[in-house]
Amino acid sequence: MAFYFVQFLTGLASAASLFLVASGLSIIFGVTRIVNFAHGAFYMLGAYVAFSLTERLSGPLGFWGGIVVAALAVAVIGVLVEIVLLRRIYHAPELFQLLGTFGLTLMVEDLVVLIWGPDDLVGRRAPGFKGAVDFFGQNIPSYDLFLIALGPIVLGALWLLFQRTRWGILVRAATQDRDMVAALGVNQKWLFTSVFAVGVFLAALGGALQIPRDAVHHAMDLRIIVEVFVVVVIGGLGSILGAFVAAVLVSELNAFGILIFPTISLILVFLVMAVVLVVRPWGLFGRKEAPARRTPGLTVIPWRPLSSVERLASLVALAFAAMLPFVAGNYALTVGSEIAIFVIFAASLHFLMAVGGLASFGHAAYFGLGAYGVAFLAKMAGLPMIACLLLGPLLGAAGAAVFGAFAVQLSGVYFAMLTLAFAQIVWSIAFQWVAVTGGDNGILGLWPEKWAASPSHFYWLALGVSAFVVSVLRLITFSPFGYALRGMRDSPLRSESIGINGKRIQWTAFIIAGTTAGIGGALFAYLKGSVFPDNMGISLSVDALVMVLLGGVETVPGAIFGAIVYKALNIWLVSQTDWSKLVLGIFIVLIVVVFPKGIVGVVESIMHRRRAVAPKAAALSAKMEGAQ
Amino acid sequence: MRRRTMLAAGLGLAVAGLAGAARAEDVIKIGEINSYSLLPAFTEPYRKGWQLAVEEVNAAGGINGKKLVVVSKDDSGKPADAQTAANELVSSENVAMLAGTFLSNIGLAVSDFANQKKVFFLAAEPLTDAITWSKGNKYTFRLRPSNYMQAAMLVEEAAKLPAKRWATIAPNYEYGQSAVAVFKKLLSEKRPDIQWVDEQWPPQGKIDAGPVVQAVAAANPEAILNVTFGADLVKLVREGNTRGLFKDRKVVSFLTGEPEYLDPLKEETPEGWIVTGYPWYSIKTPEHDAFLKAYQAKYNDYPRLGSIVGYQTIKSAAAILAKAGSTDADKLIAAAEGLSVPSPFGEITFRKIDHQSTLGAFVGKTALKDGKGIMVDSVYRKGSDYLPSDAEVAKLRPKD
Amino acid sequence: MSLGVSLLSVEGLSKSYGGIQAVRNVSFMLQAGEILALIGPNGAGKSTCFDMLNGQNVPDSGRITVMGQETTGRKPREVWRLGVGRTFQITATYPTMTVRENIQVALVSHHHRLFDFWTPMISIERGEADRLLDLVGMAGYAERPCGELAYGDLKRLELAIALANQPKLLLMDEPTAGMAPRERVELMRLTAKIAREQSIGVLFTEHDMDVVFEHADRILVLNRGSLIAQGSPAEVRANREVQAIYLGEGLLYDARHREGAPA
Repeated sequence: MAFYFVQFLTGLASAASLFLVASGLSIIFGVTRIVNFAHGAFYMLGAYVAFSLTERLSGPLGFWGGIVVAALAVAVIGVLVEIVLLRRIYHAPELFQLLGTFGLTLMVEDLVVLIWGPDDLVGRRAPGFKGAVDFFGQNIPSYDLFLIALGPIVLGALWLLFQRTRWGILVRAATQDRDMVAALGVNQKWLFTSVFAVGVFLAALGGALQIPRDAVHHAMDLRIIVEVFVVVVIGGLGSILGAFVAAVLVSELNAFGILIFPTISLILVFLVMAVVLVVRPWGLFGRKEAPARRTPGLTVIPWRPLSSVERLASLVALAFAAMLPFVAGNYALTVGSEIAIFVIFAASLHFLMAVGGLASFGHAAYFGLGAYGVAFLAKMAGLPMIACLLLGPLLGAAGAAVFGAFAVQLSGVYFAMLTLAFAQIVWSIAFQWVAVTGGDNGILGLWPEKWAASPSHFYWLALGVSAFVVSVLRLITFSPFGYALRGMRDSPLRSESIGINGKRIQWTAFIIAGTTAGIGGALFAYLKGSVFPDNMGISLSVDALVMVLLGGVETVPGAIFGAIVYKALNIWLVSQTDWSKLVLGIFIVLIVVVFPKGIVGVVESIMHRRRAVAPKAAALSAKMEGAQ
Repeated sequence: MRRRTMLAAGLGLAVAGLAGAARAEDVIKIGEINSYSLLPAFTEPYRKGWQLAVEEVNAAGGINGKKLVVVSKDDSGKPADAQTAANELVSSENVAMLAGTFLSNIGLAVSDFANQKKVFFLAAEPLTDAITWSKGNKYTFRLRPSNYMQAAMLVEEAAKLPAKRWATIAPNYEYGQSAVAVFKKLLSEKRPDIQWVDEQWPPQGKIDAGPVVQAVAAANPEAILNVTFGADLVKLVREGNTRGLFKDRKVVSFLTGEPEYLDPLKEETPEGWIVTGYPWYSIKTPEHDAFLKAYQAKYNDYPRLGSIVGYQTIKSAAAILAKAGSTDADKLIAAAEGLSVPSPFGEITFRKIDHQSTLGAFVGKTALKDGKGIMVDSVYRKGSDYLPSDAEVAKLRPKD
Repeated sequence: MSLGVSLLSVEGLSKSYGGIQAVRNVSFMLQAGEILALIGPNGAGKSTCFDMLNGQNVPDSGRITVMGQETTGRKPREVWRLGVGRTFQITATYPTMTVRENIQVALVSHHHRLFDFWTPMISIERGEADRLLDLVGMAGYAERPCGELAYGDLKRLELAIALANQPKLLLMDEPTAGMAPRERVELMRLTAKIAREQSIGVLFTEHDMDVVFEHADRILVLNRGSLIAQGSPAEVRANREVQAIYLGEGLLYDARHREGAPA
């Protein structure tokens, strides 16, 4: 009995650290709607800075002072980031901020190694909380008791802050209705900045408080970021109490789950999230989001099919690309094949995200399923390559059909997180089911048959399939189905009232996107000659998101450019430097600042502005007439 | 939009960046790949090690008069990126052989690439048994003592313990899984009286140490096998110390004696754990002294195990290249099979039967000295003594 | 459609939200070609009523029949399939598409071609879309991005979208709200003309009593969820209860009319 009680307390201690970080994320998201990918980086910075301070300052005051000062210092960094970077992109397309914070995260991961060195750092134990308390023969670390107390204290403090101060009331109002608060004449800029500062402070504090029980190292951020996102979503976005309850739920399920299934930790949080979201689409304590009001006079340029000149230009470009084997060596051709495959992958996500307005955070699942489909068919059924390439993507299609049916019931960030949960579940199956998938050692020896084995042949194959897939997706985009899908993105209310079964349209789009991602995965398996769980991992899903956002989510060809630029740059940087993350991060942040609509988005709007000065003016005067 | 124009332009850009690098006739290149950005704590000392080796080889006249050049690439910890790097090294840099890698899945990916492209590959650090056995191929050799060998070394000590109730804690991926499986199998063979009372499988890098320690303690084992390392090990040790998990219990632990993993623990180092590792401070052999002196002189730092692995990888590669007198893969394989080369740990041999080197490891106990963790009572165990019989190996390995 | 069967028949419609009775036992009928106005002060239950007719909202009790088919609790998209067009109080259109494309989507839906993946939209129903635009007086606007339209134009566009369904019944929630007075008159004249020519039944809510009394054949008056009067404009105008409600609220229609205040 004592054991179960102590295990319960241990779970609570884990929950407390998780809650601190999650509450900060929840506050930031609730008010600014920023998917702050850099939250983990701030957590990690908090730990590093606190390590340095507590090593230099002595005594209890030095330790606790160091923790608090570290959190404050990182909060100041957060304020700078908000002012310099985020303020510029609040009005960028949805999720664009994710790109900026992702770039920051990449930078921080390399910067901490440059500043603090590559070794794991082990900090001091907390003065006064070094030992353990005996409870019927079971030891409870006193620091755990401290954390268990701290969780509710922070929860209470936040409650007071939000219920009893003017600032808190404004923040709550902004959480529920941003536009309204803006209309009330509140200085939204500084409200956002202060909210961001508080959120970052909590993240850094959470990191700093890990010093006595964890090692400080450069991968801490990735370890926590996904998990806190999951906690925030389970609890309900913007709900701090929800984050607390979810942290406790997840931690306790883990603490007791490992007694029965020792391998459960790998997937537990995602299982919990999937179940919660299917049953309660807005999390435990969340409320249905008011649909974001689209401002009339939106700057989106209506999409149009290619003109005959543009079509010709595309064909010429394709012909040029097809001539690469005559000028380039084997390595360049293999890189070209890889880029062509990522164009397919990015285009498939783009179709879902840009045309359908459904941002998937787990799109790699279908890429990976396509790859594993090929591996199973080739290795177990011994089918020829052509058959594998044609049938392998069907595994991606099947996965998309099953998961998509659940996912399209949700929208916005909840949709994104449910797709992430499904992707992680698929990933963990590939990772854990060693007998069938080979676990993390993967399935090897999937090399292309003779006709496609040479780098030039494979390049032509990849380029041809890529051009075909991109053309088909483009055709669908401008077909009635594509318009119906865009219609669901723009106004579900309008779509429903003109007889469109929106969920069915979105589900079909999900399957199309999953199948095309699977095609990319199938080619990838042959390019690399192997498949690994990595092929469906979070980082690949994030890569796809970055490519789409980089290219421009409000444009039709954005994903193609995003994929080419990101992938080529990534391969080149990894080859040239060990600090590729730092350089890539800086590049992404710069792109975000200079091209707030993505590369293609900015180019298009410049061209559009040149072309359409006259009609714009006419529209403006018409609008003024209407408003008189 | 001229999307495909950009496609071509993008490819052109990639080509421009990746091509180039003129080759000289009097140079022999080795292509080296490792997880520099993902695992800097282990790959930094490793890099220092191989850089020292390159210097020494060239100071001694290079390889049959030709200068040795190592072209090093990062794999960002991903098998797919490792293959891209391998491809660049082979196709653009025209390296004579591939070497390196740390993670098992990356080692396997590069090994499969080597097999496909018929390139010689000397795997440096990956521990998986598959790379020489179940997924072994004729192009791949491996330097470090494998999972099986380390397990066998530890089992030898573990079998001497009176403990009958054992629990295991290992990271939930192939390395942890196979380490536990081999250890269990070998120990149970020697000690049929042993009971396995609990196993914990925290995700690699994400251990929630408190509940894991509690769960193991609840099973009340007499001894514990630990396979976690790095940050997970730090958390496990801290929680275990505070909660008294290791009190009056024997612990056998993979790799914990390596400075990479032992040093961060500082004054929290648990005492008396039976570990494999690298006690550089207490090895008193002429070969090691020479290495240590050269390393400290060049870097003003002490070597980690990674330094030894990096150093010996390039030293071995140079010896293979010198013996083969050619960069032809088949000649390299012929030269490497059965080749004996000196190492800081004494002479090692690349076995013909499975391409595993006989590099061994030190087995000893952890102890605390001046607030630092060290290995005491350590003995070098030769790799050749901890491998299964040739008949068994032949069964494990696919026919070429 | 045979005479005698009404286009829309509503019997005993009720809806409450947490103890507040938003709509209470409302019954009425609408014939083909008839223009029926639903009026009442703010919060009288007009929008709730509308949402239930359209399927946006499910009634607690009561029965809605459209052209002989019961639609109670059916989804909006199913109601549309029966030949019902709807416009919104706050316009809902696709801001990133052009004006013509907005109509084309509705036409494609009407012709069951939503799952056509290959035919370029640009060539589908283009003529019909332009005819509808012409009908609502927006012939020159086809290529405009919908997001740039003035409010009154959006209202007209919504009418065109509703007409794309070749509807037998039009449900228009505050069709002239937010429009300039001259535009209101134009839009309602247009609606009335189309309704008479094509024998479409129209049900609309409206704040502007001018519009109501000029164009409605019959008027329904809602107050606190209950139907308190119905009849011809003259009958309703003469109704004491109606007068009391509007006087009581200080919103007498002719007073408002004189000031020309916006809705």
